[in-house]
Amino acid sequence: MAHLLNTSFVPSSSSLCRKSTLQPAFHISGNKSRTSQVQAKIREILMPALSSTMTEGKIVSWVKSEGDKLSKGESVVVVESDKADMDVETFYDGYLAAIMVDEGGVAAVGSAIAFLAETEDEMAEAKSKANSSSSSSPVAATAESTSSPPPDPQEKIVGRASFAPVAKASVTSGSVVASSTHPASEGGRRIVASPYAKKLAKELKVELGRVTGSGPMGRIVAKDVEAASAAASDVAVVGSASATGVGNAATVPGKNAGIELGSVVPFTTMQGAVSRNMVESLAVPTFRVGYTITTDALDALYKKIKLKGVTMTSLLAKATALALAKHPVVNSSCRDGKSFTYNSSINVAVAVAIDGGLITPIDVYSLSRKWKELVDKARAKQLQPHEYNTGTFTLSNLGMFGVDRFDAILPPGTGAIMAVGASQPTVVASKDGRIGMKNQMQVNVTADHRVIYGADLASFLRTLAKIIEDPKDLTF
Amino acid sequence: MQASLSVSFSPNSSTTISRSHNTFQSIPFSHGKPLNLRFCGLRREALGFTSLKRHDSNYRVHISSGRHSNKVSAALSANGSPPKSFDYDLLIIGAGVGGHGAALHAVEKGLKTAIVEGDVVGGTCVNRGCVPSKALLAVSGRMRELQSEHHLKALGLQVSAAGYDRQGVADHANNLASKIRSNLTNSMKAIGVDILTGFGTILGPQKVQVGSSNNIVTAKDIIIATGSIPFVPKGIEVDGKTVITSDHALKLESVPDWIAIVGSGYIGLEFSDVYTALGSEVTFIEALDQLMPGFDPEIGKLAQRVLINPRKIDYHTGVFATKITPARDGKPVIIELIDAKTKEPKDTLEVDAALIATGRAPFTNDLGLDNINVATQRGFVPVDKRMRVLDAAGNLVPHLYCIGDANGKMMLAHAASAQGISVVEQVTGRDLVLNHSSIPAACFTHPEISMVGLTEPQAREKGEREGFEVSVAKTSFKANTKALAENEGEGLAKLIYRPDNGEILGVHILGLHAADLIHEASNAIALGTRIQDIKFAVHAHPTLSEVLDELFKSAKLKSQASSPEPVAV
Repeated sequence: MAHLLNTSFVPSSSSLCRKSTLQPAFHISGNKSRTSQVQAKIREILMPALSSTMTEGKIVSWVKSEGDKLSKGESVVVVESDKADMDVETFYDGYLAAIMVDEGGVAAVGSAIAFLAETEDEMAEAKSKANSSSSSSPVAATAESTSSPPPDPQEKIVGRASFAPVAKASVTSGSVVASSTHPASEGGRRIVASPYAKKLAKELKVELGRVTGSGPMGRIVAKDVEAASAAASDVAVVGSASATGVGNAATVPGKNAGIELGSVVPFTTMQGAVSRNMVESLAVPTFRVGYTITTDALDALYKKIKLKGVTMTSLLAKATALALAKHPVVNSSCRDGKSFTYNSSINVAVAVAIDGGLITPIDVYSLSRKWKELVDKARAKQLQPHEYNTGTFTLSNLGMFGVDRFDAILPPGTGAIMAVGASQPTVVASKDGRIGMKNQMQVNVTADHRVIYGADLASFLRTLAKIIEDPKDLTF
Repeated sequence: MQASLSVSFSPNSSTTISRSHNTFQSIPFSHGKPLNLRFCGLRREALGFTSLKRHDSNYRVHISSGRHSNKVSAALSANGSPPKSFDYDLLIIGAGVGGHGAALHAVEKGLKTAIVEGDVVGGTCVNRGCVPSKALLAVSGRMRELQSEHHLKALGLQVSAAGYDRQGVADHANNLASKIRSNLTNSMKAIGVDILTGFGTILGPQKVQVGSSNNIVTAKDIIIATGSIPFVPKGIEVDGKTVITSDHALKLESVPDWIAIVGSGYIGLEFSDVYTALGSEVTFIEALDQLMPGFDPEIGKLAQRVLINPRKIDYHTGVFATKITPARDGKPVIIELIDAKTKEPKDTLEVDAALIATGRAPFTNDLGLDNINVATQRGFVPVDKRMRVLDAAGNLVPHLYCIGDANGKMMLAHAASAQGISVVEQVTGRDLVLNHSSIPAACFTHPEISMVGLTEPQAREKGEREGFEVSVAKTSFKANTKALAENEGEGLAKLIYRPDNGEILGVHILGLHAADLIHEASNAIALGTRIQDIKFAVHAHPTLSEVLDELFKSAKLKSQASSPEPVAV
């Protein structure tokens, strides 16, 4: 029947539609002119009408991915109508060239949801077609299309620091690259990834071969994929929609829309998680060690590379990671009260005021670029607890507010957190008896004394100070 | 021959032997009718209410056995002479759910009944199967609800992070099993079923040895109900810790980060539901090309979308696990896979644990079947449709029946019980042949899956063969008020039927409480109710049962008029 209706897609079982007369739901709109019908090599896949009352449909899932070969009769997409979910199958052989409405998206009946190319060669053509006509799915309602405020490049990274959702920059330096030691990986030729990691990799389009596993025996687990995804995803988006005026909003809380004075507002899931984490942290015996670091050299470096979009926080994150590589114990944590957990990679989590995301920078430039992306990502979706729970060391910077010193609460499950104050011109006496002006900042590390002892922190801080005072390694 | 048989049935002959009361029988039962029986001794000369009934039933047996007299005598002459008098009317080997069901019904029918159990009362279902797994699934269902922020939010609920205590969950399963076990034991003791402890071995016709001692018991009729054990393909080394079967998994001694489940039937599927709810990631290994091969394809497809794809589960299909080595010496569990068709090595998996759920093998070793010339087929005891055991030559073995997993007809606890009841009906004179196509099956995932009768391909094949048309009707849970109120609209009910006469061929449900919903359909099949009649039955509103109501109403019959005369089956 569908064939007669000149449609490429039919619901796999017409009986579901028994309540309504099955309408000629699928049209090929690729070539409307009668003469060229036969040449319709690139077909639009349209949202079918699954019932007489259906005006729009939600894409439950794409059974096939872009680039997949389709053969006649195969299920391509699952569509949810007001009554039921239905598999929609193709009536033509070909390739799924471009998906225009992603899973979870909604499209009006009759609007294009994907392109089908007849041959592999035509896929590129179909793709460009998809891009040019991307506005043709009128109700493509997804969270991405939110109205973000105009970008504010100066403020983009740091924002207001809090201990809330922690965004993480995971820096892997040479000495701590977790080798793929999994016994069955056959020297890296085989990829060992957990089922969820594989699922995520497919979803986030991460190539598992490039991901370093941190799970048992080097297995790739979900958080590795998430980290890799943030790092690997293209930076193209960054330019336009970078982080927003987070800092501004934070500094003028009174102007925050939506807060009704005198009301009691229940925690969101995210805030609930923060609250729980904070209370949990009371069970950990912590102590604090402070250090004053001269930042003249760092400031000079920052001035030089700031135009390239590098931010102070990302420089600090990189410096911290380098120092951590030399002091693995400070990167460890105590999970059960009985043992050290030496983390195979260094994940420097950075506390920010917005929902966090994961980034894995390769160098300090991309670190900063990822950072902007992170903010976008964080705004687009709420993060799952594991996404902000997996840092191994946390960096919290309130320097941009002029705070010169503070102390941080240790996030549960990690070994240490470093509170970074503002770098300020300070009158200092040097060893040779002279008095001079230097920029100095105070850092204050809170650590779990079950695994990290005073001397560990002290030597870590000395290393960090050396790196910051001589920052030539930071840009590699 | 026939005459001598009938003599042996006579209660008069039983006065000759008297045996002292078994001590364990006198376990406190201080009231009720069974008390009389209890002190009658095993021979039960006394004319209790029940023994009168028994006499009556024996008479009927005598009559009915005439139908098969040729075969009976032939078999008897081949196997030596049976005892002249019996300790019991009915002896059941195996106190699982099948044996239990048979025993209760036998007592109701007035048979003096004993049940032999070499392990624990309750068998697989109660101790290592359906029952403890339901406890774990109850936990997993709640965990799922509490973890589904989206779902809770839609209901307006706020719940802080859900957690669980593994030992607490394990204890719940264990406590449930003990409770059901004691209920089962008590229910049999209360009505006077003798529970004989020891391994039952058939020595000859109507003669069973219990335990290793010289405790030999005779019975007029014997039912083998020895059940099954997890089937472990060769090459797989089960250590009970990292490579486990359902027996171990139900104890929930650990919740591994990553567990491979070999076999994606209902056992594997249920465990995947439990493990993923408790935080594990799961890899299915399935020899066939499709996951959940036993299900109706459409239900299987939906199940995959609802129960597999959104969860932390991946799978390998069309592969055999040829070798599974438990974790040791710091190495993980290693699973070697070969292609099911080409037999070429395909992949190696390393996981934290492996659950072998490749089905179940009959437990019929050392049962003494050689003594009566019965040869098992892949371990299963061959039976006819009346559950009568067939010997190596294909002849009926008189007075010997086999029910449940041991005969392999339908490896479900309630099927075993139904078979047992049908056997008791037969030995008491009513020829009841169980209609297996009316026996429902359920998989207690979240949501549940249930089915009765034929799948769509089976029905279409049958229709082709026998020349009738097959139609399919479907309804979605999305259109059901109660399901939507629960915010559980995911689900499908599917009816496979004959449009010409309204016969229900099969019903398959995936959705909230599907396991409870199926019985309307299975009862209809069992009683031969047609769609044109059942569609007028009234269902309370709003209930999930309206899913089936709508399903029946949506069937399109050729002639809508209800046929006044019942159609012969």
